[in-house]
Formats: sequence, C-alpha cells, structure tokens
Amino acid sequence: MSKSKSRSRSKRLGFWLVILALGVGMEALGQFEIIDGYVMQVIELIGINIILVASLNLINGFLGEFAIGHAGFMALGAYISAIGTVKFHLPFVVALLVGGLLTAGVAYLIGIPAFKTFGDYLAVITLGFNMIIVNLLNNIEYVGGPRGMVGLPKSTNFLWVFATTILTLVILRNLVYSNYGRVWIAIRENVIAAEMMGINVNRAKLKAFAIAGFFAGLAGALWGHMLQYINPSSFTYLKSTDMLVMLYLGGLGSLTGSVLGATLMTGLLEVLRDFGVWRMVISPLILLIIMLTRPLGLLGNREPRFVVPKEPNAAEEVSHNAPAAR
Amino acid sequence: MPLLHAEHCSMHFKGLKAVQDFTLDLEEGELVGLIGPNGAGKTTVFNMLTGVYVPTEGKIFFQGQEITESKAWQINQGGIARTFQNIRLFGDMTVLDNIRVALSFRIKYKMLDAVLRWAKYEKEETRVIEESMELLRLFHLDGKQHFLAKNLPYGEQRRLEIARALATKPKLLLLDEPAAGMNHKESEELMQLIRWIREHFNLTILLIEHHMPVVMGICERIKVLDFGQTIAEGTPLEIQSNKRVIEAYLGEEVED
Repeated sequence: MSKSKSRSRSKRLGFWLVILALGVGMEALGQFEIIDGYVMQVIELIGINIILVASLNLINGFLGEFAIGHAGFMALGAYISAIGTVKFHLPFVVALLVGGLLTAGVAYLIGIPAFKTFGDYLAVITLGFNMIIVNLLNNIEYVGGPRGMVGLPKSTNFLWVFATTILTLVILRNLVYSNYGRVWIAIRENVIAAEMMGINVNRAKLKAFAIAGFFAGLAGALWGHMLQYINPSSFTYLKSTDMLVMLYLGGLGSLTGSVLGATLMTGLLEVLRDFGVWRMVISPLILLIIMLTRPLGLLGNREPRFVVPKEPNAAEEVSHNAPAAR
Repeated sequence: MPLLHAEHCSMHFKGLKAVQDFTLDLEEGELVGLIGPNGAGKTTVFNMLTGVYVPTEGKIFFQGQEITESKAWQINQGGIARTFQNIRLFGDMTVLDNIRVALSFRIKYKMLDAVLRWAKYEKEETRVIEESMELLRLFHLDGKQHFLAKNLPYGEQRRLEIARALATKPKLLLLDEPAAGMNHKESEELMQLIRWIREHFNLTILLIEHHMPVVMGICERIKVLDFGQTIAEGTPLEIQSNKRVIEAYLGEEVED
C-alpha cells in the first residue's frame, strides 16, 4: 500500500514537472523565435479554448444542464476588460480580474430567471442571452458598435495564457472534487433526491453558473488582448457551438477531456488550413467518426488517476468487524 | 404536541383529486403504516409532507412549526428524510459519495477552503468521511464504498438509500415501499432493519408498503387510503377485519 502511495506521489510530482517544463520550454522556444509568432498564437488560442471548454464543462458536464450561450460570457469578459485597458488605462491584471468578476456577476443574475427552467428550455434561454449580448454590443456606440473596439494593448502573451489555464484547471478540479462538485454531480444524477438531501439546488446551480461565467470572462479578456481587436460578431452562437463541439469531443464530466477536446479541435483546424475549403469538410468528418466510435467523447466522465486529488486516508480504511448481517 | 401534524390536506391536480382531507398526527417514536390500493394517493401524501408538492388545501406542522409551503431542502434540513418508491440514488457516484452528499449541508468549509485544500478542508473532509464510513458499516456496505451506486445489487441499493436518508440526521423518516421487489426472506430482514434503525437512531417512521406481512408485522398504527380518501385507521388487527378495507382491496361483494 505504501509502495503504491509513494509511486502515485512520484507520478504526481512528475506530472507537475512536465507541466512546468512545458511552460518554460514553450516560452523559451517563443523567445528565441524557434516557434514563430503564428504558431505561438495558435498555442495561446488552445489555452484560451481550454479555459472556455473546461468552464462550460462545469455546467453541461458536472451540473448536467445544457447551456449553449457561453460565447456571451466570453464577450462580456472581453469587452469589460477592453474598456478597462483602453478607456480607463487599468493595468492588464486588474482589467482581467474585473472582466472575470463582472461576468460572474452577470452570469449569476442571468441564472436567476434561467434556472426556473432546465434541459432544452435552459438551452434556449442561454442561447437567447447570447444573442442579446451580441445585439447590445452591436448597438452601444461607446464600445464601437458593430465596428468593435480596436487598439487593445498586446498584453496577452504565452505566459499569461499558460498560467491562467493551469490555474483555471486546478481551481475547477479542486472544486469538482470537493463538497461543491459532489453537490453538482448529485443534482445531475437525480435532482429530486438531491433536493431531498437538504441541498438548495437553485443556489448550487447559480454558484456553478457564476464560476463558469468568471472563467469564460477571463478567457474573453485574454482573447481580446491577444488579438488586440474585438467585435460583436466574434461572439455569436457559432462561437458557442465551437465550444460545445470541443466539449463533447473531449467528453462531458472530464476536465482532462476538455483539455484534449480543445487542443485537438483547435489544432486540427489550424493543421487543416492548407486544405482550404476542404478544412470544413474534413474536421466535421473526423468529429463524426470520433463521436460514432466513442459516443461519450474521448474521456466522458473519466479522469486519469494522477489528475484526481487524493482523499484524506479515512476513505481507504475497510473494517472487517462489522456487526451481524442486517 | 405531535411531531408531525397534518390537518385537512388536499392535493388537486386540475380536476383530479389525488388526496382529499388527509389528517395525520405522528407522535414521537411511532411507527405508522400508510396503505391502500395502487393510485390511492399514498406517494402524493409523502410528496406533500416533504415539500415536493404544496397542498392545495390544509396545513402541515412539524415540531410545531408550519412547513406547508417550505421547500423540500428546508424540510429535509428541518428533520424529515425520505426514500423513494423507485430508487433514486446518485447512480454514477460512489457509495461513499452518495452518503457524503447527504451530509453536505452540514459541511462547514467554504469555496476558498476547497480550492486551497488547506488544513480546514482536510479536517472537515476527514470528519465527513469517517461519519459516512460509520454509517456504511452499520448498513453493512463498508468495503463497497468505492463502488458506483448503480452497480450495487438491488437489495443493497435499497439499504444505501435508507442509509443516505439517515445521513441527513432526520427525526422523521418516510419510507416509500421499501420492500418493493423483495422476496419473503429479504422483506423479513427489512422488517428487522426498520425496527433496528428506529431504536438506534431514535426515529419516528411513516411507512408506505404493499407487503401486508411487513406492514402488519411492524406498524403500531395503520392508515388506509382509497381514491385519495382516508377510509380506515387503527391497529393492524382492527384494519385486518375492517370491512371497507377489505372492499377496497378485493372489491365490493356482488349483491345476489
């Protein structure tokens, strides 16, 4: 037992070393221009997509709801942070956090009416919200209307994306494997039983929604300051659909799946760029094949062992002197 | 003061009068049965008592406090737990996590503690695991704590559901057909289990059941529903010989 424990500990340590090496290595390769700026931007895009998909997974995967307006939250984060840096000249960190927090607040407020329904109806409401955001942005002259906002500082770099992505994943993982996550999954498994176990279902859902909104907001802020230009039409339901595709490709209820899904899909679309129009034929085909052979996505509801945080020891102990059968 | 007091409760769904004028007093420590033919409204009574439905008419009091319009989770936190006719476990969660979910509203750590996983989290989570394992041990489910609930055999799923309800530390336990789908021997064991949990957890129990030997064997008092109306109430002996009850179950005698 202790042997396997120390084995799993060294595996965890190794995992973190790989992560660290990946971050430092990529940054170095970028600095010495071994990887060109285009590839670097694709890598940053992968990180941003991971944040988006992992946070969407919280609602669609762990909580078991069906929200399809995630691009709306991304838009809010992007615009709020852009207003912060462009109009108020806030430091990037502050703008980033304000973007995330305000988006979380809006997500919470939207959740109040939205969670009066569930399932397909929630999907329609979140879609509607996504459209409202885009239309609002199109019509607010302060943020440039349909022309969008230009001149965002080039604040997002690889290290920012990398750090935020890792932090997001660790925070989400720790929440999912805590009382909060258990409550969300219980709601997914059987909402009536969950409510009968003293769980305030509505409040738990709102919390999940706000957290997902926070991280989507962060991703939007990073995205805006990567491209230095944002406009409303980047955040339509098509963007939301992209996220859903990545999510279902990776598998619901698996954070590792979200990482895989976002990485594969984003990478695939770039790799296939040489094929021109055929890109939009080949990538959906690959998606179809994966979904038909693995209906739950690549890692549906499963997580590699070394990603799961360890439990306090009491869970392992097995008693052999239980009272007589009853 | 009775532990639970429901007066003149009715539940109407549009034109359908599922339950009419239902009155019930449960004294602390009692074990009362609720029986009646299919569709008599027994589960609807449970749903009214646990906040799934708000009764169309009438009032419900628990420990002197009105709970008629309380939410299900408030009623559970107040001390009423239940099981379900068709088992409602959290199938894709482990046996241990099923119990931990039931303990969740007592868990004191906050979101920041969960993210940072420092001492406070560890301590609280260790306590919760120990408490859960204790309960699983009592129900002879220890050693299976890492099984997914949906992979347990039927009888153990029933036991886990009762254990999960008890984890919320109720004063009143509502059991909805706990013996459904069990053979004679299993229902015999279940009777002993119900008697034992009443003693051990100091509970008051209201029980819906179709297996007459179970009901007659353990209930002190029985209430009989038919078409939403209370048609009889009394000790098992009285109920067994009650003419209206026999009619409800076997149909009326045909006049010659």
